[in-house]
Amino acid sequence: MTATTSEPLLTFEDAIATFDPVMGFEVHVELNTLTKMFCGCPTEFGAPPNTQVCPVCLGLPGALPVVNEKAVESAIRIGLALGCSIAEWSRFARKNYFYPDMPKDFQTSQYDEPIAVNGALAIVVPTEDGPRPVTVGIERAHMEEDTGKILHVGGATGRIHGADYSLIDYNRAGVPLIEIVTKPIEVEPALAPAVARAYVTELRELIVALGVSDAHMHQGSMRVDANVSLKPRGRVELGTRTETKNVNSIRSVERAVRFEIQRQAAVLQAGETIIQETRHFHESDGSTTSGRIKEEAEDYRYFPEPDLTPIVPESAWIERLRATLPEPPLKRRARIREEWGISEHEMQSLINAGALELVQQTVALGADSADARKWWTGEIARISNERGLDVAALPITPQDVHRIIMLTIEGSLNDKLARQVIEGVLAGEGNPDEVVVSRDLAVVSDDGALLEAIDTALAQQPDVAEKIRGGKVQAAGAIVGAVMQSTGGMADAARVRELILERVGDSLG
Amino acid sequence: MSDLTLLGAAETAAVVAGGDVSAREVATAHLDRIEQTDEVVHAFLHVDRDLTLTQADAVDQARADGSPLGPLAGVPLALKDVFTMKGAPTTCGSKILQGWRPPYDATVVERLSAGGVVVLGKTNMDEFAMGSSTENSAYGVTRNPWNLSRIPGGSSGGSSAAVAARQAPLAIGTDTGGSIRQPAAVTGIVGVKPTYGGVSRYGLVAFSSSLDQGGPLARSVLDAALLHEVMAGHDPKDATSINAPVPPVVAAARGELGGVEGMKVGVVSQLQGEGYQPGVQARFDETVALLTSLGAEVVEVSCPSFEYALPAYYLISPSECSSNLARFDGMRYGLRDGDNGENGVEQVMAITRATGFGPEVKRRIMLGTYALSAGYYDAYYGQAQKVRTLIRRDFEAAYAKVDVLVSPTTPTVAFPIGERADDPIAMYKADLATLPSSLYGGPAMSLPAGLGDDNLPVGVQLMAAVQRDEQVYRVGAALETALEERWGGPLLDQIPELVLGAST
Repeated sequence: MTATTSEPLLTFEDAIATFDPVMGFEVHVELNTLTKMFCGCPTEFGAPPNTQVCPVCLGLPGALPVVNEKAVESAIRIGLALGCSIAEWSRFARKNYFYPDMPKDFQTSQYDEPIAVNGALAIVVPTEDGPRPVTVGIERAHMEEDTGKILHVGGATGRIHGADYSLIDYNRAGVPLIEIVTKPIEVEPALAPAVARAYVTELRELIVALGVSDAHMHQGSMRVDANVSLKPRGRVELGTRTETKNVNSIRSVERAVRFEIQRQAAVLQAGETIIQETRHFHESDGSTTSGRIKEEAEDYRYFPEPDLTPIVPESAWIERLRATLPEPPLKRRARIREEWGISEHEMQSLINAGALELVQQTVALGADSADARKWWTGEIARISNERGLDVAALPITPQDVHRIIMLTIEGSLNDKLARQVIEGVLAGEGNPDEVVVSRDLAVVSDDGALLEAIDTALAQQPDVAEKIRGGKVQAAGAIVGAVMQSTGGMADAARVRELILERVGDSLG
Repeated sequence: MSDLTLLGAAETAAVVAGGDVSAREVATAHLDRIEQTDEVVHAFLHVDRDLTLTQADAVDQARADGSPLGPLAGVPLALKDVFTMKGAPTTCGSKILQGWRPPYDATVVERLSAGGVVVLGKTNMDEFAMGSSTENSAYGVTRNPWNLSRIPGGSSGGSSAAVAARQAPLAIGTDTGGSIRQPAAVTGIVGVKPTYGGVSRYGLVAFSSSLDQGGPLARSVLDAALLHEVMAGHDPKDATSINAPVPPVVAAARGELGGVEGMKVGVVSQLQGEGYQPGVQARFDETVALLTSLGAEVVEVSCPSFEYALPAYYLISPSECSSNLARFDGMRYGLRDGDNGENGVEQVMAITRATGFGPEVKRRIMLGTYALSAGYYDAYYGQAQKVRTLIRRDFEAAYAKVDVLVSPTTPTVAFPIGERADDPIAMYKADLATLPSSLYGGPAMSLPAGLGDDNLPVGVQLMAAVQRDEQVYRVGAALETALEERWGGPLLDQIPELVLGAST
């Protein structure tokens, strides 16, 4: 899909020269509970449409919700990990609006009585002058249920307008969500996009470490809505904000914020006003376009959900959950840095590449951290950039990378071949061993075959052979090159060199 | 065996268990009675002879196999069409659900089935249980068997009429603001709203979630108690269901907990006098006198907040209904109107709802939507919740002093069909006395107290504290015995023969 915007933009530098951006994020995290928020239906991703539904999550007349205790537990753990206070008494509320992806035409959510309030997340933002610590205030974290998914069929845009008809899959309806809402974030203007990225990165890492969600942005199990507003330098009151919906990668969060700052600055510079609206982000060119205009603030007629009783967690339960919290990400990273012997800068590039967990998992399988970092932040990160995807979204696992590293150490792969194996794995050709076989990529380790190639090369370049015999060992490089060429790069160069020297030595006899 | 439709539920269960008659014979007698009388009464929206006989045969088979039978095995029952039941449509008296066949059983239905109760069919009701006369049904009015030109009460008017017309010895209704008690009162039968949370709401199509409660209608206190016990009990599928043992209602109805001697009975000052018909007030006063003569200590109790029960109820229940009824949008089940290929989804939803809902339902949805709107919430919904708290406190203060409270169930006897159809406020006033205990959540029974104006039944309301349902049965049983002694038999013996073939 291409963006249709031709809205004028200021350069980012010009924008932040005049305006102070204020950001806020609403992050929806789909919990990995086995069953839905209010019924026993499975939550597994990717099942055939409308196969994971029951009277409750279809909102059939007469059906009633029952709270999933595991989801409450996850909500409390997220709240605690974000330093929030856990409400002694919280309630669900109904958010009323008509939309066909919502079976009951209301969403069971939390409104003015959320389960977790008032926390903070410490993050580190990479800057030209080195890493900068920033604290992002957390307003609240609350529980709610997901909606179904609508597929608009026909028409040009894939949106509801112009579609011939729409299909609805209610498998996702009722999947537990935690919505994490920040307080307004005001930072040094130039840092805003990087802060956005660092916040989402950090939050994602925390969620994954808690084990409450797989937090795959590309699969929608973590969804970010980015609110951005600008105010002229020095003004206190906030400007009108826009809400850019469902920004589907960490990289896109940064781009979306940057774009909105540039766009809003151009609007304000031209003396016009910002329209409070929802905007859509376009991966293709990093732009946002106008979605639904909120002509008047929608009135959701929230009221306490009468079908559910209040959530009153016992303090002993909360303390038990507190004891299960993982090491805070910042602390964890300091420890890992020490273990791996890497600098903060190297750590930052790992995080920026979205590869820290992947490297860690690869190391946990037995790989050396330097090797793991080399592949994840090298070849694999390069391909992810090329494809505009997060590293985690690529179909290659820590197991695959660990295997490739092992094959390299054994000598059955060299770096060049290893890159081809990665390419094969990403192309869906199977695991590394399968790719090695199907692409016939093993290093030629049969000395007989290599010696034959060496003899041929020596015969073709008698002058070089002579030099080696004369003690100029470095001249062997030319023969190595010839052998590598004749074996299609599938030889272990170090072994070839050894064999050449042995061969020449033998003939010296 | 003579006419099986004359037997009560306890007697029917006994003769079936004893092998004197089969469940199939009992069911057949009632199906025949329905066939003969429902043309004039119109209590039922759906009867399926085969489905009914299949259930009856299962009871006979169980008996033949020597399997244990439940206390109501083989007893026929009329089910309000607001509960889901597989194999039958559920309409809630609304056009918008026309043709919908639920794929699941309500918990209450599961319990009936497990207890061998034989469901005869689904009964008529005010649309989505909103009304006091059953005139708001999209499928025609139900007539009061005492006088076919009168309303049978509502919203459970099909259920009350079926029991009074001997089409079924038992019925299930739902009560949100009086929808079991008021129909029971105006048809001369017993109706009980259990403690909120006592009977599962799973499969009860919601009108107002914080008030709706299923309960029994029967021709005697004991029959009501037997059904109450089968229906009630904790249900993990309903988060508001009480996780505690069912109060001993059957023991109380059998007199095993004692009579009224020494009990303290409170007469609610606010629920009598002005606005109550002379015949209603007279029967009520006699009942109170009877309680005294039976050894109860009767005191006057003032519950000042009850005056605000009606406005509070007409803010809370419409608010909840505006949300509960949102799902009827034509997208997934039931009626869909306006889907002509031109209209967008929002238009189809709007047209479907305009066509599918009747005027009273629309009135309440609008009322509730307004009451919950930003800027009005505090003044309306919020304020009503505060009133609800005050009413609860009035009850708690009263039950600190007395065991039960009594009042007339309704201000008037059954009014003529059509009389209040265009006057919602007059209609709402039918529930004046029943609303407070709905807002509080405590149990309440309507018991026949004799005939009042126009020779039509009057009901007396017995109320008790939350989870003290046995108290209303205890007092109800004692009063019933004394009253029937006075009348020389059940009040229902005085019902005129139905004039058949005179449908208007």
